[in-house]
Amino acid sequence: MSDIETIGIAGAGTMGAGIALVCARAGFRTRVFDMQPSALERARDQAGAFLRKSVERGKLAAERLPQIMGLWHGSTRLEDFADCALVIEAVFESLPVKHQLFGQLDKICAPQALFASNTSTLSITGIAGGSGRADRFIGMHFCLPAQLMKLVEISPGLATSQQTFARAWDWCERLGQQPVKTQDTPGFVLNYFLIPFHNDAIRLVEQGVAEPADIDLAIKTAMGYAMGPMELLDLVGIDTQKLLCEALYDATGEPRAACPALVKRMIAAGWLGKKSGRGFHPYQDDKMFGA
Amino acid sequence: MDSSYKIIQAGDSRSFDGPHPFVDNSDPQGAARVFIGQHAGSAFAAAGPLDACPFIAIELGQECLGEHTGEDGGREGSNVLGLARFRLGSAPPTALVELVRQPQTRPAAIAAARAALTAAGLKVAICGDFPGRIVDRLIRPYLNAALRRLDERLASAQDLDKTLCLGLGYPEGPIALLERTGLAQHHDVTQALYRALGEPAYAPARRAQVAKARQRRAGFN
Repeated sequence: MSDIETIGIAGAGTMGAGIALVCARAGFRTRVFDMQPSALERARDQAGAFLRKSVERGKLAAERLPQIMGLWHGSTRLEDFADCALVIEAVFESLPVKHQLFGQLDKICAPQALFASNTSTLSITGIAGGSGRADRFIGMHFCLPAQLMKLVEISPGLATSQQTFARAWDWCERLGQQPVKTQDTPGFVLNYFLIPFHNDAIRLVEQGVAEPADIDLAIKTAMGYAMGPMELLDLVGIDTQKLLCEALYDATGEPRAACPALVKRMIAAGWLGKKSGRGFHPYQDDKMFGA
Repeated sequence: MDSSYKIIQAGDSRSFDGPHPFVDNSDPQGAARVFIGQHAGSAFAAAGPLDACPFIAIELGQECLGEHTGEDGGREGSNVLGLARFRLGSAPPTALVELVRQPQTRPAAIAAARAALTAAGLKVAICGDFPGRIVDRLIRPYLNAALRRLDERLASAQDLDKTLCLGLGYPEGPIALLERTGLAQHHDVTQALYRALGEPAYAPARRAQVAKARQRRAGFN
């Protein structure tokens, strides 16, 4: 039985907000850290809106909403993670930033606390190397949108202990998610396929093969996918796609992983996807997916 | 807008190989012309001047529309469109029709063709005249990569499929999908795309080559 009851989520962006909601919804005391108070406020508002929609749809009992939100605690102080038995990092894809974060957390958290990274592309062994506790470090990659998708890719690094793997796996099942063990290879399973697939779709737009709406319609109709690639890219964030490309291309040298020029132009124009109101499609609000 | 059309069948059609409202709605007096079947392009070439038609649609296989209409330095386009209902290997056709336009294709022709197809319950995605159009262009490298990763033992076929289905909400994983619809057909499509585009991501993966070789050995092409 897992001893993990209090969770720390570092980073209140799209992924961090989704993971925090999943944790609180499953009954875990959830602490969310971000340096920006506005990011915490937005993540909390989005979680409330998502849960209210769940109540409207009959998927959540109304009395559960205040209980869940009562478990959700935002903070701009990393020291508030001192009682966390598990910290999941969901900050942007930069190894130095992640090393700095975990270096601080190593001094704050109890020795038995587990550290996990939600990285999509960086090496778990590489991040663990700067954490001060490589044996208690593991990859836990949630899928976007985390509040709806059940899969978690669990990736041990070279130094991850068997006990750490078992504790993380057990907790993930208690969370109501479906863990799958993946190797610590670039992109694990999902992003190894998804990042180049998305780049291919962006290149179709660049080359004038089709408009984004036609690409989404074609893929959803032909393949039965819930979302088209351009819709999913807008949800991921165009700036995040650039970071993912750079990390995967750096690790693999795979030409399809190279960042398309259109991504850089969209970032320059401020077209970052759903969060900025415009990506490959226009958006009227910043509600969490499914809300 | 007149969306009535007459279907001219020229050989077996991969898009419409059985009863369908789009075929049922064909009108012998229809203003437009739809050429379907494996010899659709030849039938179009033999049909004479059709410039007055609201639209003309030619069923395409792997080829570009320009092979039938000719091209003119990027100025090509008229009332003629390409049409391909997407289907993967031996699976039945989907509701998707990729409607192929050229740079100067008349907007009225696109609108009329779209109206005729959607009236029959089909979903229409407009695309330029490029090899693989939208869906094959996007999914074939992904399916090839899945086959290659299987060879590299990244994960078992079941775990690979499970991860992609659970993580992305796909209804079926790539390996199960290819086994259900035919690895040899995947070979044929990727070989054609590789020849046309010259990109290694389209080169048929080893498992598709093996399936094709076994198909040939069994006396099929």
